Amino acid sequence: MRYKRKPSQIAFDTINTIFMVVVGIACLYPFYYIFIYSVSDPLEAAKGIAFLPKNPTLANYIMIFQDSNIINSFFVSAARTVLGASITVLCSAFLAYLFTNPLLPMRKGLYKFVIITMYLSSGLIPWYVTMSAYGLKNKFLLYIVPSAVNAFFMILIKTYMESLPAALSESAELDGAGIFALFFRVILPLCLPVIAAVAVFAAVGQWNSWSDNFFLVKTPELKTLQLTLYEYFQSAAPSVENMRDAAASMSKRTVTLSSIRMSIAVVTVIPIFAVYPFMMRFFVKGIMLGAVKG
Amino acid sequence: MNLFRKQAGTSTFKRKKIKILAITMVFIVFIFAFSYVPLLGWIIAFLDYKPGISMFSQKFVGLDNFKLIFSSWRDFKTILLNTLALSGINLLAMPVPLIFAILLSQMRSKRLSKMVQIVSSLPNYISYVLLYTVFFCLLAPSDGAVNVILRQFFGPEFTSNLLADKNIAWTMQLFIGLFKTMGYSAIMYIAAMSGIDQELYDAADVDGAGRFAKVIHITLPGISSTFFVLFLLAIANMLSGAGFEQYYVFQNPMVMSKIEVLDTYIYKIGLQQNNFGFATSTGMLKSLLSIGLLMGANKLSKIIRGESIF
Repeated sequence: MRYKRKPSQIAFDTINTIFMVVVGIACLYPFYYIFIYSVSDPLEAAKGIAFLPKNPTLANYIMIFQDSNIINSFFVSAARTVLGASITVLCSAFLAYLFTNPLLPMRKGLYKFVIITMYLSSGLIPWYVTMSAYGLKNKFLLYIVPSAVNAFFMILIKTYMESLPAALSESAELDGAGIFALFFRVILPLCLPVIAAVAVFAAVGQWNSWSDNFFLVKTPELKTLQLTLYEYFQSAAPSVENMRDAAASMSKRTVTLSSIRMSIAVVTVIPIFAVYPFMMRFFVKGIMLGAVKG
Repeated sequence: MNLFRKQAGTSTFKRKKIKILAITMVFIVFIFAFSYVPLLGWIIAFLDYKPGISMFSQKFVGLDNFKLIFSSWRDFKTILLNTLALSGINLLAMPVPLIFAILLSQMRSKRLSKMVQIVSSLPNYISYVLLYTVFFCLLAPSDGAVNVILRQFFGPEFTSNLLADKNIAWTMQLFIGLFKTMGYSAIMYIAAMSGIDQELYDAADVDGAGRFAKVIHITLPGISSTFFVLFLLAIANMLSGAGFEQYYVFQNPMVMSKIEVLDTYIYKIGLQQNNFGFATSTGMLKSLLSIGLLMGANKLSKIIRGESIF
């Protein structure tokens, strides 16, 4: 654009830029708000804060990290994220690898059999009854087993594998590598970029999911952080009262229901913020692949 | 000698084939167990299902559960209306991310454009529970930031409770949905835009086309197929809308009558009231109608654009 802009264009650009900045702020502000509320003095915050924390304190965090239920559900969520994402990535990648192998008989048909699952939905009750019949009710395995093979991730990984030069696996085969050795020693290391992308997506999905917990796992020890957070917003959780008593006896500071709620929300959202920069690198690529394939 | 070696070769080749097939079948059985077997659960729709006893000793009741849908039509009608209204509003709002993407692409500062892109797609990676908690805190009548700020303008008596207002419940859900998905959908359009041949824009420059003309005649046609695919998928998804999670977490007694949708209703009659048969028959009808909508949308796509979505 070497020529001069017309006044109407300058007006458009200015308004557009202002609008975009407002949208950007509107997307971040809610998270900023719960953060400043959680580090403010609870009683001051209850009078209303909007932009800056008041009398910063870590009282809320000290409180919630003394609550064994919250600690426990944090570890349940962390465990399902790490284990679930690893299993999903490994199984989806291995299946993708099998489907790239020309030796596999009935390759097309089996592939379709897997892809169709993306469009199948049995609905809540049949799913509930089936999982109960498999003995997964109230089990940690429910979080990580049913999601082990993900058709969409499988497509992404397979597309990537197909772009690798075939000579690599052929030469490894000539050296006597079996199926597993070939996968773990040759193919998997070469697919690291797509594996990393899928792993981050799977991990975020695991961290965020709560409805399987909500429907099928009633064991308190297996409650995820998301559901714990939800329950804190549903009832005036009695443990907050206990916390307040504990707080009152410990120091002069006291916590409120809102301040505890927001602190748990911050703890729940921090892992997403932590991996988000990594995701950004992969995810445009991921969406584009998905758009092409889906 | 030669012949012998060849035979050995084919037999190891065959053994290898069988080995690969065997390993693959492990996955296939797994997928069958977790994605296909639940479909057999549709049988429950024809049973008077009592949880806890074996599937084979359940009482067969034919189409009674389906008849129940129509005999409780009065409740059902509201739920169906809510579901269709919420999805309908979402359909009408589908151009919003598209316009957002075009405005993003028109920004002069590419760096700022990229930043807004990144920030606005962040809410897509937040769970619905967190989304709910964030909105709950922001809009809280006593100390929520929105009320705190509005009190600066309307005096200390001012309060609003947007999440508990029946009249704006649908609008709020639309807004919440947009907050979560707008940036993410925009990235899809931006990806589609990057596929447009740059020479078209250069040619338009030569012809003296302005920015607006280029958007209308090049960008929009270039991303229309992405829009169309998303639109048809949304039509196929009409009976779910944004799904169980969004509507369930935002329910409270004030707005219940407005955001009770098929998915939340199925959960309540099924798992809360233990009426498995009725819940399954409703869910089954929903699934079948959705498949019908998907096929219909696909057919429509073939007629209008000459290509199918799959």
